[in-house]
Amino acid sequence: METTLKVSKIKDGTVIDHVPAGKALRVVSILKIENNPDVSTTIAMRVQSEKLGKKDVIKVENKYLNRDDLDRISLVAPDATISIVSNYQIKEKFTVKLTKTIVGILKCPNQGCITNVKEPVNSEFSVVSERPLILRCFYCERNMTEKEVLSQL
Amino acid sequence: MLKNKSIVSIDDVSESDISEIFSVSDRMLNALEAGKKLEMLNGKIMATLFYEPSTRTRLSFESSMHRLGGSVISVSDVKSSSVAKGETLADTIRMAESYSDVIVIRHPLEGAARLASKFSTKPVINAGDGSGQHPTQTLLDLYTMRKYFGKIDGLRIAMVGDLRYGRTVHSLLLALSNFDVEVTLISPQILKMPEHIRERLGKNIKVTSRENLDEKMDEFDVFYVTRIQKERFTDQNEYNSVIGLYSIDADTVGKMKKNAIIMHPLPRVDEIKPEVDYLPNAAYFKQAFYGIPVRMALLSMILGA
Ligand SMILES: Nc1ncnc2c1ncn2[C@@H]1O[C@H](COP(=O)(O)OP(=O)(O)O)[C@@H](O)[C@H]1O
Ligand SMILES: [Mg+2]
Ligand SMILES: [Zn+2]
Repeated sequence: METTLKVSKIKDGTVIDHVPAGKALRVVSILKIENNPDVSTTIAMRVQSEKLGKKDVIKVENKYLNRDDLDRISLVAPDATISIVSNYQIKEKFTVKLTKTIVGILKCPNQGCITNVKEPVNSEFSVVSERPLILRCFYCERNMTEKEVLSQL
Repeated sequence: MLKNKSIVSIDDVSESDISEIFSVSDRMLNALEAGKKLEMLNGKIMATLFYEPSTRTRLSFESSMHRLGGSVISVSDVKSSSVAKGETLADTIRMAESYSDVIVIRHPLEGAARLASKFSTKPVINAGDGSGQHPTQTLLDLYTMRKYFGKIDGLRIAMVGDLRYGRTVHSLLLALSNFDVEVTLISPQILKMPEHIRERLGKNIKVTSRENLDEKMDEFDVFYVTRIQKERFTDQNEYNSVIGLYSIDADTVGKMKKNAIIMHPLPRVDEIKPEVDYLPNAAYFKQAFYGIPVRMALLSMILGA
C-alpha cells in the first residue's frame, strides 16, 4: 500500500498510473498536453510500484482526458490505469486499450514507403495482431513487428 | 461492385469482383476479336502519371481507354516536371483529378497509389508502386491462367527467378493465396520471396520453396518466370552461373507436362530462349495481350459505363 503520495493530491483532473518506468515524457508528448497553457502536469518518474517494480505516474490538473485520446498511449503504456479525479475523489477508473488504427505516432520502417518523404500525411497503421504485436502500414502494406514498434517508443 | 472504386492493391478486389472482371474481360475480348468499335467511355478522360518508365503497362492502359472510346491525357515525364519543382504527390493528384475521370499512376515509392487515392475524389488505379503492388498485372496474370486452364483452383504453379525484387510475383502470390493452389518458389538463395510477403499469405495456399529448377518439372501446370537482373549481383560470375540455371530453352520445355504454360511479365532477357517462343507452351505474348481486355474491363466497370 502507498502510505504517502510523492506528488500532492489534485482537486480535479486525470491521473495516469502504471506507466512503464521512464516512459512518462513519451506519454505526455503523445497526448500533446505539454503545450496547453491551462493545464498543469506533474510527473513522477521511477517511483516504487507493487505491480511494475518501478513506474511513472502522470497527474494532469484541470483536464479530464477522454478515453479515445488516452487509448493512443496504449502502445507505450499498455497497462496504464486512468483515474478521473473530481473534488479530490476518484470518480471513474479505467484502463487503456489498443486502438484499431495508430495514426501519427510511429514511423514506417520501410524506407521505400511514401510516408517517409515530404507528403502531407500522417503515418497510419492497423493492428494485425495484438500478441505478438503486428501492425500494418496503411500505405505500403508492410507489416511492422513488435520489436520495430518498441524501438521507436 | 467496382464503380468509382480505386484499385490500389489486389486486396481491394474481392473474389466476386474478380469473377465479374473475368466475365467482362471475356466480353471485351470477343469485341476485340470481332473488331467491334466500342463507345462506352465516350467523353471520359483517363490521366496517366508515370513517375517511372514503363512500356507495356502504359501502352496497354492507353490503348484500352482508346478502345472504349475514351481519351487519354498524360505527362511525358512527371518526374522532371513536377518532382523537380518540389511539388508533393498530394498536390499533383489534386490537380490531376480536376482534369480527368480516372487516374492511373506508377511511382517508385510503395504506398504512393494509396496516398493518391486519399487525395483524389476520382478513382485511382495503381500501375505499380516501387516493389509494392501491381494489381492490374496480377489480374491479367490470373486471367491468363483461367483462359488456358478454365479455372485457377487446383493449379500447380512454379514461380521462377527473381522472387525478391519482382513486384509482379509479390502481388500474384498474395492473390493466389485466396485460391486453392500449390505454389513452388524456385529462386537462388539471394533472390528469395521476402518474408514480409510470405507472412501475409492466406491459409488455403500450399507454398514450398527450393533452389533447383531442374527437378520434377512435369508436376507443374504453370511456370511463371521473371527476369533476373544483372544489377542485383555484386559478383558477375555469380550472375553468370545463376542465369544459366534458371533459363528456359526447348530442352527444359521437353521436361514439362505437355500442356504446361510458361508465363512472364516481360521484358524477358536471357531467361527464356527465343526458340521457346514458337512452342505451344509459350504463353507470355498472349498474357501481355490479355492486359488489354482486362484493363478495358476494369476501366469500364470503374467508370460505370
Ligand atoms: N486526488 C488525487 N490527486 C492525485 N492523485 C490521486 C488522487 N487520488 C488518487 N490518486 C492517484 O491515482 C492513482 C490511482 O489511485 P488508487 O485507485 O487510490 O490507487 P491504486 O489503483 O494503486 O489502488 C494512484 O497513483 C494515486 O496516487
Ligand atoms: Mg497503486
Ligand atoms: Zn509504410
